[in-house]
Amino acid sequence: MAGTKQNGTGTLAANGQNGYKVIGTRPVRPDGVDKVTGRAVYAADVQMTGLLHGFVLRSPHAHAHIRSIDTSKAEALPGVRAVVTAADLPEAEDKVEDLGEGAINLKYLSDNVLASEKVLYHGHAVAAVAATSPHIAEEAAGLIEVDYELLPPVMTVDDALADDAPILLETLRTDSMGEVGAEQTNLASVFSHQRGDLDAGFAGAHLVVDRTYRTETVHQGYIEPHAATALYSADGQIIIWTSTQGSFAVRGQVCEILKIPVSRLKVVPTEIGGGFGGKINVYVEPVAVILSQKAGYEPVKIVMSRADVLAATGPTSGSNIRVKIGVDADGKISAALAELYYEAGAYPGSPVGAAANVSLAPYAIDNLQVDGYDIVVNRPRSAAYRAPGGTNVAFAVESVVDELAEKLDMDPAEFRILNGAKENDRRPDGLQYARIGQIETVEAIRDSEHYQSPLEGKYRGRGIASGYWNNWGGQSSATAVLNPDGTVNLNEASTDIGGTRASIAMQLAEAMDIEYEQVKARVVDTDTVSYNDVTGGSRTTFATGLAAYNLGRQLLKEMKSRLADQWEVAAGDVSYEEGTFSAGSESVSFAEAAGLVQREEPLMASSTVHPQDFGPGFSTQCVDIEVDPDTGKITILRYTIAQDVGKAIHPSYVEGQMQGGVAQGIGWAINEEYIYDDEGRLLNASLLDYRMPTSLDLPMIETIMVEVPHPAHPYGVRGVGEVNIVPPAGAVANAVFQATGVRMDKLPISPANLLEAMWAKEAEAAELVPGDD
Amino acid sequence: MQAFDFVAPTSVDEAVSALAAGGGRARPLSGGTDLIAQLQEGRLALDTVVDVKRIPELMAISISDDGLTLGASVACQSINANQAIRDAYPALIDSTHLIGGTQIQGRASIGGNLCNSSPAADSIPNLIAHSVTCHIAGPNGRRSVAAEDFCTGPGRNVLANGEFLVAIEFPAPPANFGAAYLRFIPRNEMDIAVVGAGASVVLSDDKSTIQSARVALGAVAPTPLFVQEAGDSLAGQPVSEETLAKAADLAREAAKPISDMRGTIPQRKHLSAVLTQRALRIAIDRARGTKTVDELGRLNGHG
Repeated sequence: MAGTKQNGTGTLAANGQNGYKVIGTRPVRPDGVDKVTGRAVYAADVQMTGLLHGFVLRSPHAHAHIRSIDTSKAEALPGVRAVVTAADLPEAEDKVEDLGEGAINLKYLSDNVLASEKVLYHGHAVAAVAATSPHIAEEAAGLIEVDYELLPPVMTVDDALADDAPILLETLRTDSMGEVGAEQTNLASVFSHQRGDLDAGFAGAHLVVDRTYRTETVHQGYIEPHAATALYSADGQIIIWTSTQGSFAVRGQVCEILKIPVSRLKVVPTEIGGGFGGKINVYVEPVAVILSQKAGYEPVKIVMSRADVLAATGPTSGSNIRVKIGVDADGKISAALAELYYEAGAYPGSPVGAAANVSLAPYAIDNLQVDGYDIVVNRPRSAAYRAPGGTNVAFAVESVVDELAEKLDMDPAEFRILNGAKENDRRPDGLQYARIGQIETVEAIRDSEHYQSPLEGKYRGRGIASGYWNNWGGQSSATAVLNPDGTVNLNEASTDIGGTRASIAMQLAEAMDIEYEQVKARVVDTDTVSYNDVTGGSRTTFATGLAAYNLGRQLLKEMKSRLADQWEVAAGDVSYEEGTFSAGSESVSFAEAAGLVQREEPLMASSTVHPQDFGPGFSTQCVDIEVDPDTGKITILRYTIAQDVGKAIHPSYVEGQMQGGVAQGIGWAINEEYIYDDEGRLLNASLLDYRMPTSLDLPMIETIMVEVPHPAHPYGVRGVGEVNIVPPAGAVANAVFQATGVRMDKLPISPANLLEAMWAKEAEAAELVPGDD
Repeated sequence: MQAFDFVAPTSVDEAVSALAAGGGRARPLSGGTDLIAQLQEGRLALDTVVDVKRIPELMAISISDDGLTLGASVACQSINANQAIRDAYPALIDSTHLIGGTQIQGRASIGGNLCNSSPAADSIPNLIAHSVTCHIAGPNGRRSVAAEDFCTGPGRNVLANGEFLVAIEFPAPPANFGAAYLRFIPRNEMDIAVVGAGASVVLSDDKSTIQSARVALGAVAPTPLFVQEAGDSLAGQPVSEETLAKAADLAREAAKPISDMRGTIPQRKHLSAVLTQRALRIAIDRARGTKTVDELGRLNGHG
């Protein structure tokens, strides 16, 4: 186990750890210098001759039929080169396909890019303009006349499931585990995971806690807005530069929407300023292409504004959640029920399925039922967000678990250890665990200096919570070119969000026993390597790293073979140690060998992988807070994470993932929420009023990396990127209870919400409401 | 953002002419931290922008035994960096440190904050507590209004066509004077006040009695709100938590907030009392010479 309070950078202190030469060190990332000197090219930086600027007109209404769109005034404005609407997109088929980012109905995909018959949320794209300047494009968009027939907005689970609820999607029918309903509905799907005897489990329980919770819509909050540039070649080939987590996912979606073969489109991923799941769906990419077509094949760039990003991309689901857990007198869970109602936004596809897996995953439970409901509402189509769906349900489950421990007078860490899931236990959906580290993360928190130190002071409280994430393997492709000077070019297609170019290059360097600095890693476009899944599911360092490991082994094997030919010895007689190839009296360095073996024929390697055994991740966290009783404001005093990280390839970037997940989780817990007016218009589409935490709102987040190497990866890598956003809301809520005696049943635990809850508790005690005069 | 004409006069008269000629479609520009954002977001459409920063009077700082006169375009950073102002008007720094981050403070001015006339402006309750006078130039010459009379509604003020703010004048602080501005925000930075409270006191020579006091609130009414009765209730009273609590109750009663995405009515009324009492405590401590600006900075979330 390695503990650290520093997010170290550039040190080589861990050199030689576990016999590794490169793995476990903290080298500078290959993109670092360009980023800190402002030379890195992000999507909005793309420039070229004759570039036109696009602007997207968006619906001011949450729910309306589009009667007609008149673009004539916009087209007449000098400088305008093209105006498009959904009528300029090919007719989309009402069928479901998997385009590398989960299954999606193609009609919905197309309608989300440009609305055809209805607008389904405030901010829904209805038309777009290309002009010679961004200002002209914006002014022209204001001249487009859209005739809307307003419909009542359907904003929440309760609105959507009401008997007389207005219907969002006319062809939608409830899919109930394969059985499709007959009626029009806003309930897209229902499922249930069941095992054991739930009724018997609750009947025999010593204590049952049954609570309902509400969480609000939140956004991923990546700092770089979406941007894309489309360029046609004279032969009809198209290039798109865009900020994306998956260039192949963009290619798949754009080609489906525009009905063009994948061979006609090359997607070039630029540097990316954050994604967190929100840069997988396409928004402006297909629009830039059709604007370009209509503008006489001139290149078109669209850069979204911050307000548009918040109103029309992301977010992740708000939810209503019921959790009921029973325990026996010893504190062992006897039965658990979770009902998850997730708002998908305008089109089906909330993360309720993943949420069900997260829900009770940290616990070994024989009698269990988890029901999931995917519900459409007049909010933006939900997108993935770091451990999608997990934070909502963990807030609910970890709150109930904390209340059970409190009522049993048990230490909450001991409760989690007693009930902790381990190898051969089952996830809610029945999946059986291989070796996992949940209990180890709880023990690491229990034994931490943080948890062992007393917390004193009025209105202060400490909370802990656990969380699970499934992780993913996915498909990766990469090539490696041996340069005659002994360096290696590593070409891979996984967008680098969290320092993955470094962590992947380190695995290649380790595999070849060369220095990290000898590997030049770059992220390439969709024409250069074969299919590559998105940077998502905490898969990249694991899966693309595996491909890099394979490349290293292949290159070394071929180098040995060619040297054996030159030296006229058997391939098995060539040894490679400490960076030197030798056989008998022959001996050359790696750099010399790189030249020697390519005298007759160049050398490169390619690798494609699709690993299935990726291994899930667990995290347990401890937070100390202080509440200002007069204002309801929470100050985070101290935060410690213990995560089962497998093997940390680049510890700084693992710590960065841990801290980043918690920073987002704290924002979700205490301030972030979409605020709508009665007509369903989003009121806080700015970073001023959509309150993500700033550096002043967070303490140094301490990390305990529990290194249990994952057996299915040559270096023991386990996905680390997502799980840490799962526990924070529960941990903070549990700390709030310790600080104030109030159990929060909704997120965010904002000053206004907490103040109200404290007043309600006081009123309960005194039958008097202060401030209500 | 639509195109507009830009003029940069060097005298008050030229600026008055340019503004009068533009009618309602011309506005003065100081730091531009509100104006440019409003133009970019389409919340404001102008034909002419009149940059007043080349007018010497607008950029002047004059401090003497008679008081402090701040040109309307003086940037917050120029105030923060002025030791004489920090010594004489430490509470003014409460606001100039809160308006935007460091880069914004290099552009944003107190005059601009006043003329933007947001009900939640972080300087205005403080200016009211300091009994500031606003000096205005216009086609009919010069006139002056008290800070509490400057704003007339959200984003609206007493400036008529062709008029603009030239300077704001702080009286010399009397002996045993102390003031403070506090706001409540959900985060620790980058936020708009849910409620703001400015307070000032003048203590007796033995510093046990409040001779006079002024209280003003932000974000609880269509304009920054001068709560005269709260200050009056303290006049002649001993310094005690009971008297402060009474003034705080009056502030709560005076507050007429709305519920919006930044706060609810009960929350804002409650915070009006909490912040009034806290601001008064700090003002008293300052009058007694027992608290520094830096300590206050921590209270306001600038740790």
